[in-house]
Amino acid sequence: MGLVVSAIAFLFAVAVLGAAAKRLPQASTVVYGGTAAACALIALWAALRLAGGGPDAALVLPVGLPWIQAHLRADALSAVFLIVVNLGGITASLFGWGYERAHHDSHSGPQGGSQDGPVLPLYPLFLAGMNMVLIAADAFTFLLSWEFMSLASWLLVLSTHREPETPKAARLYIIMASFGTACLLLAFGVLATAHGDYSFAAIRDHAPAAGAAALVVVLILLGAGSKAGLVPLHVWLPLAHPAAPSHVSALMSGVMTKVAVYAMIRVLFDLLGEPDWWWGGVTMGFGALTAVMGVLYALMQDDVKRLLAYSTVENIGAIVIALGLALVFKAAHTPVIAALALAAALLHVVNHSLFKSLLFFAAGAMLTATGSRDLNRLGGLIHRMPTTAVLALIGATAISALPPLNGFVGEWLLFQAILNAPALSEWSLKIEIAVVGAALALATALAAACFVRLYGIAFLGRPRSRAAGEAVEVGRAMRLGMAVPAVLCVVLGVLPTPLIRLFEPALRLLVEAGPFDGRAYQPWFWLAPTSAIGNSYNGLIMLVVIALLSVVLVLGIHRKASDRVRWSIPWGCGFDGPDPAAVTQYTASSFGQPIRRAFGSTVFRARDHVDMPAPGDTRPARLSVTWTDPAWVVVVEPLSRAVGWLAEKANRLQFLTIRRYLTLMFLALVVLLVMVAVTQR
Amino acid sequence: MTLLLATFYQILQMLLVLALAPLLTGWVRLVKARLVGRRGPSMAQPYRDLLRLLRKEVVLARNASWLFRAVPYMMFTAIWLAAGLVPVFTTQLALAPTADLIALIALLGSARFFLALAGMDTGTSFGGIGSSREMMIAALAEPAMLMIVFSVAILVRSTSLAEIADFMLSGAVGLRISLALALIALVMVAIAENARIPIDNPATHLELTMVHEAMVLEYSGRHLALVEAASMLKMLLYMALIACVFAPWGMATAGSGVAAALGGVAVFVAKLAVGGTLLALFETSIAKMRVFRVGEFLGGALLLSLLGAIFLYVSRGV
Repeated sequence: MGLVVSAIAFLFAVAVLGAAAKRLPQASTVVYGGTAAACALIALWAALRLAGGGPDAALVLPVGLPWIQAHLRADALSAVFLIVVNLGGITASLFGWGYERAHHDSHSGPQGGSQDGPVLPLYPLFLAGMNMVLIAADAFTFLLSWEFMSLASWLLVLSTHREPETPKAARLYIIMASFGTACLLLAFGVLATAHGDYSFAAIRDHAPAAGAAALVVVLILLGAGSKAGLVPLHVWLPLAHPAAPSHVSALMSGVMTKVAVYAMIRVLFDLLGEPDWWWGGVTMGFGALTAVMGVLYALMQDDVKRLLAYSTVENIGAIVIALGLALVFKAAHTPVIAALALAAALLHVVNHSLFKSLLFFAAGAMLTATGSRDLNRLGGLIHRMPTTAVLALIGATAISALPPLNGFVGEWLLFQAILNAPALSEWSLKIEIAVVGAALALATALAAACFVRLYGIAFLGRPRSRAAGEAVEVGRAMRLGMAVPAVLCVVLGVLPTPLIRLFEPALRLLVEAGPFDGRAYQPWFWLAPTSAIGNSYNGLIMLVVIALLSVVLVLGIHRKASDRVRWSIPWGCGFDGPDPAAVTQYTASSFGQPIRRAFGSTVFRARDHVDMPAPGDTRPARLSVTWTDPAWVVVVEPLSRAVGWLAEKANRLQFLTIRRYLTLMFLALVVLLVMVAVTQR
Repeated sequence: MTLLLATFYQILQMLLVLALAPLLTGWVRLVKARLVGRRGPSMAQPYRDLLRLLRKEVVLARNASWLFRAVPYMMFTAIWLAAGLVPVFTTQLALAPTADLIALIALLGSARFFLALAGMDTGTSFGGIGSSREMMIAALAEPAMLMIVFSVAILVRSTSLAEIADFMLSGAVGLRISLALALIALVMVAIAENARIPIDNPATHLELTMVHEAMVLEYSGRHLALVEAASMLKMLLYMALIACVFAPWGMATAGSGVAAALGGVAVFVAKLAVGGTLLALFETSIAKMRVFRVGEFLGGALLLSLLGAIFLYVSRGV
């Protein structure tokens, strides 16, 4: 534990160093190198801890509020998330180092390029904040770290303040973050009321009564949910995540949302004691809504990074569905299946942090190479950036849940858990789980469409702008930063069992069962979880067979078939000239149109407006697409009106006389004393 | 010994599906031609077509990338493997535990994913049309398919196809409303996924209506042969899947001997003949739909399958 705390302290030191020496050319090397080293140390420590077992590491620091102290503790659950956060930290540092240098060379860098000052000192602080949340073991330290993480990321978003959209994104982010922290504060307040002790150990021992627990569930879903991006609290996320520099976007989207998931698991599974069945029902419902809406939003975006941020919303939805299922099964006293669902959630947490980082890095590489993140200005990058194209293809395939990559394994486990729903006793839950299963399947299929669109428009086809046609491959550090998560995506897809075994202590801690309990013997490389339904999947054999069949096929075809190849210009719909692509190539919007029409017209009120000139008129025809986000109409606008109204009222307090101020204080004192009297009796 | 036999059956099945797929396509074309009063080509015509394509040179669009050239192989392998996973004449297959129904659907999804990418690679508008429509259709067909899997899996308590077939063969099922709903939904999905009328017309190149053909328009030579063969395999796969889940009669099970397996092959060919005839009858009696009505058609399939799954979820306390 001392090691983790020293590593976090080291991150602070690196931040100070970065702030002091930000003008020096070596500053970025020091900051990113130091951050990567600290992250590697923590990740290694957590992995050894998980694999080796042993008692939880704990530490009490004499800091914080005078009579509370700071309790730190790393149990198996913390260790799992420490690995996720710091793995993300390592690759992001590697990528960020290259990114920084690439943008340093071209001073007139595009969005994300003008990182002259604030990124260097803030970047290690952001990682330190996330690590602190994971090892906090009392409510005060937790909230302090949470707020620290939020503020650091908020300042990182603001580091691109020259972009026109950033101020708006940052303002919305700080509002939502404050809202989330307020909810968490209230939740911990309710949790601690029984004995007034804020340490997690005390809260765990005195689980609150049913009414208070219900309040905490709702508050935690609002508080952590707003950070994770649960619909309809997601509105800030697609604005704020893309605004930061790309490696920070990757951390915010791939990793920080996982810290929010950690908070949900910590409270719902650990601190609150025995769950009620409806907790899972509500959680699952939010998850299903989030998954489907998230991917539909993503399908309508033309901005690469915003699309990726919306896709994070979808993936968080899938994770939250798995959490809800685990809660339901835990409440129904079927711990093995709860463990299966929770293993699916944790696996998806790891998977998503890998492929989302990878895809954000790829977006950063595109931005570096072309100066644009607008899909309609990219195209044909597979020719200009071959390595990035291959790595991004792995990411797109993995996130679309295609076998034999890792995204599919998580999906498969989750479906296996869903299939156990008939064992439950509540009718409403059975029906809900069937519908949630359908929603998850729909979201997965739409995600595949979304990433065909992203990859096809950005990397395939012909360049849609001069910059895309002249793009050059990014530097070695950036390519390596992408390669590490890409390789892990493949490895985890083919051999997921060791990782799931690594989760086992965390699962035993939370649901008192492992995912492989009581299953028939299988060699270790088989994925055959226990369930009422006996199934198995083996990515390794699948990969070997695919490779074998491909070899047979290629050899067979090339022995028999003609291998003459002629290159020619494809037909451009009658448009003449050397390159008709500009006029006839499919755009991102045209690709999305059928799906927008099938799904968006009711939910988003998506409309295509065609302005067609009369025959003989020579002005160009024009097609415009409009759509409205229902979350803005339902949540954000009323909320902002309410905040405005409240601020207006509160503003008057500034202009009271002394006498009125004193009266106010006196009244507050009376109210508090009455409350104390009532509760003491 | 069992594993050896299972491996042998597995290899036999991989070869069998490969050999029968063009025959099935030929049979459907022949029956369709007869139904509309033409003589129709011989049933061997698809084989000749494939061989002819293999002998031709490949014409590539000038900016086609390596992905465009690799996709036919990737797609064919994925579908071939998927077809090898569906028990057709015996449930004793070596690869049966490797991938269940969910993985099989995902394998087909991979094939579609890469083909849709290839459609966008040359940067022509037709490829884009085809890819975007194909992904829209898939977005509804895939969840419907998974809901069907859920229904069957709840009933059989397994998503492993071999176990499903064994269970259905044991006759413990009886007639069930959910299964009937699932069958209807599966047929609807199969029609959509195989680009058949009324969703798509495999025989036209009309830009307003084509989906699958638009995606593969730029392919030629050996690449086109592979793409065509893969779609033939896919049609066979869906028929085998319907037969395996809803009519597994005549299939050999573990330990029932080589004679039973040979009988299984004969019964499978007969099933394909019946299936092909039914498909041809259906296709000649219905008109092609507008592309934007496909959503309603597949939405119907999704609802039917969800209804079937909910019936089972509620009625069955495991």
